[in-house]
Amino acid sequence: MTTAHELAAQVRSGQISASEALEHSFAAIDARDHELHAFLYLDHDGARKAAKAVDAVVAAGGDPGPLAGVPIGIKDNLAMRGVPTTCGSKILDGWKPPYTATVVERLVAAGAVPVGKTNLDEFAMGSSTENSAFGPSRNPHDVTKVPGGSSGGSAVAVAAGFVPVALGSDTGGSIRQPAAFCGLVGYKPSYGHVSRYGLVAFSSSLDQVGPFTTTVADAALVTQVIGGHDPADSTSMPDAYEDLVAACGRGVKGLKVGLCRDLLDGADAEIVERVRLAASVLEAAGAEIVDLAIPELRLGLSAYYLIAPAEASSNLARYDGVRFGLRVEREDVAAMNVATRTAGFGPEVKRRIMLGTYALSAGYYDAYYGQAQKTRRLITNALDAAYTKVDVLLGATTPTTAFGFGDKVADPMSMYLSDLFTIPTNLAGHGAMSVPFGNSAAGMPIGVQILSPGRRDDRLFQVGAVLEAGVAK
Amino acid sequence: MSDPSPLTKQEVVHVAGLARLELSEDEVETFTAQLGSVLSHAADISSLDLEGLVPMAHPFDLENILRSDVPTASLDRDELLAAAPSVEAGRFKVGRILGEAP
Amino acid sequence: MSMAGYETIIGLEVHCELKTATKLFCGCRNQFGDEPNTNVCPVCVGLPGSLPVLNEKAVEFAIRIGLALECEVKWSNFHRKNYFYPDMPKDFQISQYDLPLNEHGRIELPDGSVVGITRAHMEEDTGKSTHLGGSGRIHGADASLIDYNRSGVPLVEIVSEPDMRSGVQARAYVAELRAILVAVGATDGRMEEGSMRVDANVSVRKPGDPFGKRCEIKNLNSLRSLQRAIEYEALRQVDCIEAGERIVQETRHWDEAAGRTGSMRSKEEANDYRYFPEPDLVPLAPSVEWIAEIRRGLPALPKARRQALVQLLGSDDQATLDLVATVVDRDLDALVVEATAAGAPAQLALTRAANELNAEGVLPSAASFAATCQLEASGALSATQAKTVLAALIEEPDADPKDLAAKLGFEQLSDDTLSTAVAEVIQANDDEWTRFAGGDDKLAQFFIGKVMAATKGKANGKAVISLLNERRAAAAS
Repeated sequence: MTTAHELAAQVRSGQISASEALEHSFAAIDARDHELHAFLYLDHDGARKAAKAVDAVVAAGGDPGPLAGVPIGIKDNLAMRGVPTTCGSKILDGWKPPYTATVVERLVAAGAVPVGKTNLDEFAMGSSTENSAFGPSRNPHDVTKVPGGSSGGSAVAVAAGFVPVALGSDTGGSIRQPAAFCGLVGYKPSYGHVSRYGLVAFSSSLDQVGPFTTTVADAALVTQVIGGHDPADSTSMPDAYEDLVAACGRGVKGLKVGLCRDLLDGADAEIVERVRLAASVLEAAGAEIVDLAIPELRLGLSAYYLIAPAEASSNLARYDGVRFGLRVEREDVAAMNVATRTAGFGPEVKRRIMLGTYALSAGYYDAYYGQAQKTRRLITNALDAAYTKVDVLLGATTPTTAFGFGDKVADPMSMYLSDLFTIPTNLAGHGAMSVPFGNSAAGMPIGVQILSPGRRDDRLFQVGAVLEAGVAK
Repeated sequence: MSDPSPLTKQEVVHVAGLARLELSEDEVETFTAQLGSVLSHAADISSLDLEGLVPMAHPFDLENILRSDVPTASLDRDELLAAAPSVEAGRFKVGRILGEAP
Repeated sequence: MSMAGYETIIGLEVHCELKTATKLFCGCRNQFGDEPNTNVCPVCVGLPGSLPVLNEKAVEFAIRIGLALECEVKWSNFHRKNYFYPDMPKDFQISQYDLPLNEHGRIELPDGSVVGITRAHMEEDTGKSTHLGGSGRIHGADASLIDYNRSGVPLVEIVSEPDMRSGVQARAYVAELRAILVAVGATDGRMEEGSMRVDANVSVRKPGDPFGKRCEIKNLNSLRSLQRAIEYEALRQVDCIEAGERIVQETRHWDEAAGRTGSMRSKEEANDYRYFPEPDLVPLAPSVEWIAEIRRGLPALPKARRQALVQLLGSDDQATLDLVATVVDRDLDALVVEATAAGAPAQLALTRAANELNAEGVLPSAASFAATCQLEASGALSATQAKTVLAALIEEPDADPKDLAAKLGFEQLSDDTLSTAVAEVIQANDDEWTRFAGGDDKLAQFFIGKVMAATKGKANGKAVISLLNERRAAAAS
């Protein structure tokens, strides 16, 4: 399909109008989304208006911006004024925010056309979209398989060719894992690079917005639009990034790549094999491959499943039936809070709220939350030490390819384990990217993961572009 | 640090109360087992000696992010209240409040 | 009921709303009395996806408060205090916990006693509930309406050490604290509008015993309520103990009308606030330079202003100290200092300022005030006349005090007229005169009164006394 780069160029040159491009998107969605369920809501009117505005700028000889006329899917945990934002939860069913997330405003200002809101695990908690209150999305490569999660709807929307770009959010792998499962480029920027204002919080110190694209260069393009300092987000980094689009053409000559055992052990053999093949592609392109171990990364899962639920338990307290969303009426307010939350949240969200509440509660804070925060430091220190020896790390994105519906629902711990390789970068606040690198024997996509030191995300694009070219050969 | 004690059903019920959730008997049963299994997995970090490591609350060491004291536009009240489950006289309406704020 | 054998231990928590233009974490106006829910945005209504950004001016005010209370100003961060309540939109309050901005301060009260300040930390205010039915009280109401205009207004909570021992002292502490907070410009200090709110922790013990169980009293919205509530509560606790009951640690509500505290317990869950560092904010680490700059900008504080006045007066007897405290409390000390420089006797200027002037209203210029004091000191005006002239000056600030005195008919009585009036009064009150002549000085007031009446208030009291004394001396010789 046409990339965002290509489509924007065509729209800017008048080869195709934004409105036509949008109708192609809607037609593709109409044809297949009843089966795949990528979208929870299509903003026909808003999108058509946005596309017309882009066309008007082109007609007037102006430049609508680097994403001119590019239809984009927006994960349904990003606020868009007047457009339903559900977070895949019954508790927010029908809620229309009175404001728009910074990233969406920036996309629109760059000429992009948000077509609608994509499906997700409820409040971004999950790895399969099976936790969406509105039904799961399906993997376009095999509809009996999950697309991954939590940003599964966004992954499906791009993988099915509905849109060239979709935004997701990644708290413990929620962009990279579905990208790997669906054969896409999925990029989680370093923490603080992309504004969280308007992203409905799951775990504030881990959440980060990023793109799904079909090419590494498109991921760079979109990130340059949505990234950069936002005064509305206190955790937004004040300094600017290097040119990520330029980094895509830099090559990997002389780059030291750490092939990390702890990002491979436990993965399916054919995935390990693809990662090793990726390493050899990089070596052939002039990189130096270094085998290394960072055993501390194994501790990430435990730290993550205490920190993220703890923050979530507090972030999700506001769904109390008072100001917005669902209310289940009772005599007194406290009983109303209980009835509303009990009816509005699904089991996984309840599980994590319970876990987080417990981890923060009197008498357990030090043993769980405090210890998890120290482990987070330990893991970050270990990564920092590794980056004194290598420039980037290479490993698997996921231990397996896309699994079947229901395979992991009964045992939450087995579902959590599928995040093992993606979690450490969230804890450290570093950037990471999943790049599609061939398929399994069964024809399911395999992703390799590149990790970089914090704020050196340019290296991800350097490496990603070489892998992309290498797998195409 | 010694392993934290295993989770009891009583604790699960107490935590549900703190989180304003109501659990059925079955759910208490399931959650006790499921949360217990996550906490058991967390034994790998609760047994670590992490003395001297500074707890990490933020990925980066930013400090003093401040904004100037200049008013910005507030929301349109009608738009805000339109999303509310119940409204009266320009205010959000709720049922009886039992007890003052702590 | 008696406190005999017991002492009261009091620690206070004072919440003070800061006088910023906008709220603590968003750009909504910090304004009292606007239409409900008009000064609100996604941040202060806690809409999903919104994020807080700290107001620099609020931090500056908080540091000013810390410095004025002689605190250490430190590296600090924000925590979330988690609890469900409908007026708290996020169902957690952003506050400071184990690392507050200001710690370890003190306040010296006008009586010389010192109260330690544990901490003065920043936090956000909640919204406001109006209760329907049940006569507007939360208890017995059918429903409540919530206005979030106040939600997110910046607060500094000043926590004292349990250093106070009486309701009177607690009242003096809050008065002094308010004067300091107003002096540094951080707040308007209006207790009745809720911009200063006081909670009192009260316990009793026999001197030398460890601290007893304490009760926290809420809803103290005037200095008078504060003192009354503490005195009532201490007596209640002593009664309990004397009756062999145990004090239950609890929160109590002050009922101003009934003049008593009552238990607030009602289906209260055990509080477990699950504090943890607020991940949406970064630490607050004011630089040494910033703190120094704020310190340089601090105005003279009430204590220093009182000391300056005492020095000017050259007197520190209790009556003077009381007047000094009043004058500084009402922000009239600058006027007294200026009037003294313009020639008014300092003590007289102090007394007249303390008793006759009100900083809330119009003040006479220092020159007119000084001139009036001088007229009185010279005997050209009686004390009563001088007070009347001051009152007239407040109505007509530009008038010359001499002209006002003339307009009011306060011409000095001639010596002859006064002398005649005194003689007539003596003659008419023979018994009293005999006693006065015999040394009963108390009767001087009696004669002054009579002479005043006879001269329609135009007599100068001092002149009357000297005439009376002259006559007594003559009679004795």
